[in-house]
Amino acid sequence: MHVFANPTRFLTIARPLTPWLFWGGLLLTAAGMLTGLFRSPEDYLQGDLVRIMYVHVPTAWLGMGGWTGILIASVMQLVWRHPLAGIAARAIAAPGALFTALCLVTGSIWGRPAWGTWWIWDGRLTSMLVLLFLYLGFMALAAASDERASIGRIAAVFGVVGAVNLPIIHYSVTWWNSLHQPQSITLSGSAIDSAMLWPLGLSTLGFTLLFGGIVLLRMRAIIADIRIEARLRRMAQG
Amino acid sequence: MAQWPFIIAAYACTITGTLVLAGWSYMRMRASEARVATLREDKGS
Repeated sequence: MHVFANPTRFLTIARPLTPWLFWGGLLLTAAGMLTGLFRSPEDYLQGDLVRIMYVHVPTAWLGMGGWTGILIASVMQLVWRHPLAGIAARAIAAPGALFTALCLVTGSIWGRPAWGTWWIWDGRLTSMLVLLFLYLGFMALAAASDERASIGRIAAVFGVVGAVNLPIIHYSVTWWNSLHQPQSITLSGSAIDSAMLWPLGLSTLGFTLLFGGIVLLRMRAIIADIRIEARLRRMAQG
Repeated sequence: MAQWPFIIAAYACTITGTLVLAGWSYMRMRASEARVATLREDKGS
């Protein structure tokens, strides 16, 4: 990873990669959503409501995946002081928070007709809400750091400690069995029919690429801001 | 209870949120990189 420690070297890869991830992600997301809306079959129990799955599951995946990225970046900053780790963590935070919020909103919209309620203090829902608050806390701590290229030691430790919530989210449906359904996709296989599984995979892959593209856009913006600050400081010093 | 209004609402929220964030991130990146280029040109002249 230290090969990419130089921001200039990172940018030579990030610049051509950004449009591929962005437009490729947008295309696959659109294909996944359209297939989910109009081509995939109804569920025998839920009917058309199951179509919400094609946006709900990818947002949940990215909410948790985003914090996994923050965990990796925080460890890289704390242990190796990697110059891009803080920038990556900052860039991931807003998209991660957005997708966590979208997961909660789409889940709530799904819950009203399926469960008869917009919200319940169920283990899965509550732990996802905690994840959203963790994102907001992380963004506040990172913004409080003096250096733009780093997230500060406290934010990095927060990024590591906050990851404790990830296994809680994952196992919440097993530990506290309530309204939220148990896991449908595990390492041993899937309980979802293949006619529904492939549009879900397409949508999830599309959203993931789009997430990557957005993170690269934000990292490039942060690197540019750092360069502007450095140049203005040098100009002020004469 | 009609199901399609809920489905449309879920998709609308996701599409709007994603496009707003993507657009904001793109505009921010373009503005910052353009400013770096301007400062570089100023230094060069």
